[in-house]
Amino acid sequence: MIRLEKRKEPSKFWRIANPFLAVALTMLAGGIMFAMLGKDPVVAIRLIFFDPIFSETFGSYSRPQLLIKSAPLILIAVGLAIGFKANIWNIGAEGQYIIGALFGAGVALLFFPQPGWYIFPLMVLAGAFGGFLWAMIPAILKTRFNTNEILVSLLLVYVAEKILAAMALGLMRNPDIPGFPGSRDLRRYEAAHNAELFAGSGVHWGVVAALIAVIFAYAMMKRHMLGYHVQLAGQAPRAARFGGVSPTRLVIICLGISGMLAGLAGMFEVSGPGGQVRIEFASGYGFTAIIVAFLGRLNPIGIVFAGLLLGLTYIGGELSQMMLQLPSASIQVFQGMLLFFLLALDFQTNYRLRLTRGVRT
Amino acid sequence: MRKPLLCLKGLTKAYPGVLANDDVSFEIGEGQVHALLGENGAGKSTLVKMIYGLVKPDQGEMILRGQPYAPSQPSEARRNGVAMVFQHFSLFDALDVAENVALGMENPPPLRDLAQRIRDVSEEYGLPLDPTRLVGDLSAGERQRVEIVRCLLQDPKLLIMDEPTSVLTPQEVDVLFKTLRQLSAEGTAILYISHKLDEIRALCDEATILRGGRKIATCDPREKSSRELAELMVGQILTPPEKPDRPLGDVVLQVDKLSLASNNPFGTSLKNISFSLRSGEVLGIAGVAGNGQDELLLMLSGELTAPAEQVRLKGNAIGNLGPNARRSLGLVAAPEERLGHAAAPDMSLTENALLSAAERKKLTKYGFINWRATDAFAQEVIARFDVRTPGSHVLARALSGGNLQKYVIGREIELNPDVIVVNQPTWGVDAAAAAFIRQALLDLAGKGAAVLVISQDLDELLEVADSFAALNEGRLTPVRPAKGLSVDEIGLMMGGAHDMHPAHEGSA
Repeated sequence: MIRLEKRKEPSKFWRIANPFLAVALTMLAGGIMFAMLGKDPVVAIRLIFFDPIFSETFGSYSRPQLLIKSAPLILIAVGLAIGFKANIWNIGAEGQYIIGALFGAGVALLFFPQPGWYIFPLMVLAGAFGGFLWAMIPAILKTRFNTNEILVSLLLVYVAEKILAAMALGLMRNPDIPGFPGSRDLRRYEAAHNAELFAGSGVHWGVVAALIAVIFAYAMMKRHMLGYHVQLAGQAPRAARFGGVSPTRLVIICLGISGMLAGLAGMFEVSGPGGQVRIEFASGYGFTAIIVAFLGRLNPIGIVFAGLLLGLTYIGGELSQMMLQLPSASIQVFQGMLLFFLLALDFQTNYRLRLTRGVRT
Repeated sequence: MRKPLLCLKGLTKAYPGVLANDDVSFEIGEGQVHALLGENGAGKSTLVKMIYGLVKPDQGEMILRGQPYAPSQPSEARRNGVAMVFQHFSLFDALDVAENVALGMENPPPLRDLAQRIRDVSEEYGLPLDPTRLVGDLSAGERQRVEIVRCLLQDPKLLIMDEPTSVLTPQEVDVLFKTLRQLSAEGTAILYISHKLDEIRALCDEATILRGGRKIATCDPREKSSRELAELMVGQILTPPEKPDRPLGDVVLQVDKLSLASNNPFGTSLKNISFSLRSGEVLGIAGVAGNGQDELLLMLSGELTAPAEQVRLKGNAIGNLGPNARRSLGLVAAPEERLGHAAAPDMSLTENALLSAAERKKLTKYGFINWRATDAFAQEVIARFDVRTPGSHVLARALSGGNLQKYVIGREIELNPDVIVVNQPTWGVDAAAAAFIRQALLDLAGKGAAVLVISQDLDELLEVADSFAALNEGRLTPVRPAKGLSVDEIGLMMGGAHDMHPAHEGSA
């Protein structure tokens, strides 16, 4: 008979080992899935995880792509992780990402075609503000009316998507090319372009911002009272109140920070790699970042590695679509499996499986 | 010797790292009131859980009325005539009495018949109970009656009661004892778990004393003094705390006609509370659980706020201030619930030191934490208050109740407060640690701090308090000097006549 026994203390070993194990299991299960689709599983896995970096044919294109894909994931996940630690669940980073992009692009389009060094910094501020504003809707509804921030933030993603479509077709549409949806290409507007800082490296301002966010989040969680209060509120809400933490303030701060970072990510994307406000601008970074946050154990340093890995699956996914004609949904299945295996494995952080002799008296 | 009902032979149960019961043997006679006596962690709970089928013994056997008895689950124990009233009630607040009773039965009769049987049984045993009332509206004493009646409906041969009087006023205790004596006279044996020695001497025919999982003695409690029993239980000689003689100073804390709604839908609102506290004074506030103690502590700690003017600390209006602002001004508190309220279970002792000490010990600068100073403070508390732990890195939840309580109270005392408020400072703490905590509070008062002790343990209050008041349904009685108060008077202050007379309920 198998019995579950609660551990006295969560196992440190499994906490660290589980993400690696989850990746291994995902490769295995993914391989089986590819085999069932009639593809060579070894080739498919290699295309997703190794070729984007190590292949001589694709490497020069996809290596810089790695930072481009990972930076928004890391930026968003760092913010989400702070909230998750406090048991405040912002599931709507995708929406905040979109609104941040719209605010940033909006500023750029207002100034077009004027030159000016101040335009890009203004766009950064506007992007952060847009994401913050969108996150304040669930925050205020929660603190005022005690609504569930999971539902509200998630549903607001779909509202944001509709606003994005309306903008791409209406207010922000490029007046010079009538008949085509989408805004002007910000990459062609120098004052607003989030260009590569070093040619061919993939490093743009979003990568710098992600790095700064990681450092700040790390310092805050380890050394600052705010990080202490976040952890306290997540682990023992009554103790947090005893320690003088105001739950209302914490909800505002946590949703505010994660909204702001998601908004920034959206702004850096629209002014750089994305280039323009389009209907299909949103690419699921806000949702994938949830996986990144958990895979990184809600730890800023862990999130860097998790973000790079998930970024890799995006590129590898595209590559495998091209080379093996894998359906585009297969990469989402892949990412989903990763979270699934991680959460399942995390069970053994708190519990121990015990084999007992199957005798009952 | 009566005919034996239940024989326990060599019962042993080990948990990882601890031997909860080690070769325990004794007999309970039919109709006997048998006390099981011991400190926390002595193994009383494990033992009764084995009898009630919640835990399987590793070794040893039980014989019930001549037959081998090894219940694998509580329903089997109940079929064999063994019933148990737990210390913590398992009742649903939103259901009425009859529905709650039905939920605990194997084959409940239709609700209307059940209501009638509840009335019959409660009348027969002098336990007034209205089957149609919502449990959420009942006092703790009445809730206990629901549990007892639920057991009695199954016509038990052995009734196990786990610390039944911890939630009762002295008058309610009298009613309960009458019921238990009647049951015993009718042939129902009672296994009575407690650490209150006077009660055991008043009620029980025989007592088995456990210490560290082993049986120390079985004796007739009426032939021993309370002191002898206590020393058997603790295994050492106890000295009562010393009350340093001291003059009382100026009023430092004043609460004026304060009414406050509870933040909990089943909590008790505070109604028109007024009292004042002078430096050097120890004020004891008695009351049965759920009469506003939690709310009073929250209101004083700053977790609930009130109009500023209604709470004054050394003349400053502080009613609207939060916990940290009050701490800076010299008012600290230690809530009843150690794990989850006074300390975060999954944080280390160092991290938990920061919880309330950040302000007064200046452990932060621009919000950045000085972990080294915090750890030094935690170590200081551990050393001064004799907290038994391998170090300050240990998680709070890994400490025993008594040790964590010493840590929590010690942390607040080390902040050198002008006023300290504690709720149930020795709840579930072993006798030696309890004496230590009481002494520490008295020493703090000796140094001129004002101490407010909220407790349900009357013996404790009489031991430490200079003045005395009681909470009853959110109201506070006038404060009286503790010297010369009789237990009866205290009982009346606590609302001892609480719901004793169902005939008057309609007019209340």
